[in-house]
Amino acid sequence: MVAILEVKKVSKSYRQLDGESTLAIDEISFRVEKGEFVSLVGPSGCGKTTLLMCIAGLNPPSTGGLVVKDVEVHGPPSNLVLVFQEFNKSLFAWRSILGNVLFGLEAREKRSQDAQGEARRLIKLVGLEGFERHYPWELSGGMQQRVAIARALAYGPEILLMDEPFGSVDALTRLELEDTLLKIWEDLGTTILLVTHDIEEAIYLSDRIYVVSRRPSRILQTIDVDLSRPRHQITTRADAKFMELRNEIYRQISQ
Amino acid sequence: MKWNRESKLNGLVVLMAAAGIWESVSRLGLMNPLFFPPMSKILSMFFYLISSGEILYQVLVSLKRAAAGYFLAALLFIPLGVAMGIFQWLHRSLEIIIETLRPIPPPVVVPVAMLFFGLGDGMKIFVIFISCAWPILLNTFDGVRSIDRVLVYTARTFGLSHGRSIIKVILPAASPQIMTGLRISLGITLILVVISEMVGSSDGIGYFILDSQRRLKVTQMYAGMLTLALLGYALNQIFFLFHSRALAWHEGLMKRNR
Repeated sequence: MVAILEVKKVSKSYRQLDGESTLAIDEISFRVEKGEFVSLVGPSGCGKTTLLMCIAGLNPPSTGGLVVKDVEVHGPPSNLVLVFQEFNKSLFAWRSILGNVLFGLEAREKRSQDAQGEARRLIKLVGLEGFERHYPWELSGGMQQRVAIARALAYGPEILLMDEPFGSVDALTRLELEDTLLKIWEDLGTTILLVTHDIEEAIYLSDRIYVVSRRPSRILQTIDVDLSRPRHQITTRADAKFMELRNEIYRQISQ
Repeated sequence: MKWNRESKLNGLVVLMAAAGIWESVSRLGLMNPLFFPPMSKILSMFFYLISSGEILYQVLVSLKRAAAGYFLAALLFIPLGVAMGIFQWLHRSLEIIIETLRPIPPPVVVPVAMLFFGLGDGMKIFVIFISCAWPILLNTFDGVRSIDRVLVYTARTFGLSHGRSIIKVILPAASPQIMTGLRISLGITLILVVISEMVGSSDGIGYFILDSQRRLKVTQMYAGMLTLALLGYALNQIFFLFHSRALAWHEGLMKRNR
């Protein structure tokens, strides 16, 4: 398999106000292969978001390197886009849903003949057909995150990075969004790297899971999720293997 | 909707009543009609001045100066405010000088401007330009500085260059506050164009009012004031219309957050 993303011994340390430096990420290495759905799961505040910011080229690592499609990362790579947890801050309040999704195409600066049609197609894909003329602040949290995902897809990324994308929506919406995301992933074949503290969400979605420790972050374990696809909210979660994985990851994290 | 329409009508009734009281006070001689002519005379003078083209000419002269100063200020100080919001070092270097110059009351700029520009249009345009600077600059700066980091990161993860992220993300995000600066400046512009025309000019609505008073053409003076009132009202309405079109999203967002 071809690694589309390689994280090589990435460390990140911060200088505190008192001048001491603290280590947030400690030599993390892992790889993501093309078309994979990979999750990083770990306790809150373990530096997962920091790691994602490094991969997205928004915050350079202190040491180590990142390679996206054989190119070293210095600044945001053009074939990758990050979806933020705070969709309400990330969406453009001055643009309609259609306008927000069109932004993804505009950012690519590729003169598409039918940008409108493309944007509408993506809005339909994330299940927001009929809301094109609405503004983000008129929609519920779950719907807003759908807009953010459609906007990211419009950019046409090969890798989608997602930082706790469903962290601030209610439990039921969360399950719906998980299924929408899986459908998109299956339809488009985009590589997805997702960060979450929800162990079951990670298992439900992923091909592979990297379990991340508390600060300073290290990879504790690599877990291959050999649950059959397509996944199903009832049957997959009722699978004995699912419970086994859940317990194993929980044991690792709670150590 | 019905209540709203009624209240507007009420406002009109109050306005008519005020004009009526004005009329009576003057007609009954409660105030010297020489200095306080009846409203009917002021109105007929106003319409006469409109039909003769006199008022229109004076207003256009003033509007040209006002627009020149106002738009020059917007053209220079919106970009500077954006730059100050983005670059900390620029803000730090300019902060003290801005805070020192800002408390100077704008009319004080008039005598200084007269030294450099004489009594021509340049003087008035400069005075308006300087007076509009602070509200535009500081509101733009504040709007840009308070943009959430997530929004800036969003622009970057979508690969936007600095220039494009300013146009596509920073300016729209800061536009409500930029508009606030422009609205405040609009009021200041009207004040300063009149003041500068009263101090040193041979035309313009400010000159027209002062000149009428000096020649004891009191009715004409009041007609000039009426013109200014209507002009200010019209400018505000135009701005309001533009504002509610361009920033409908912001109004909605604010209502939602309330």
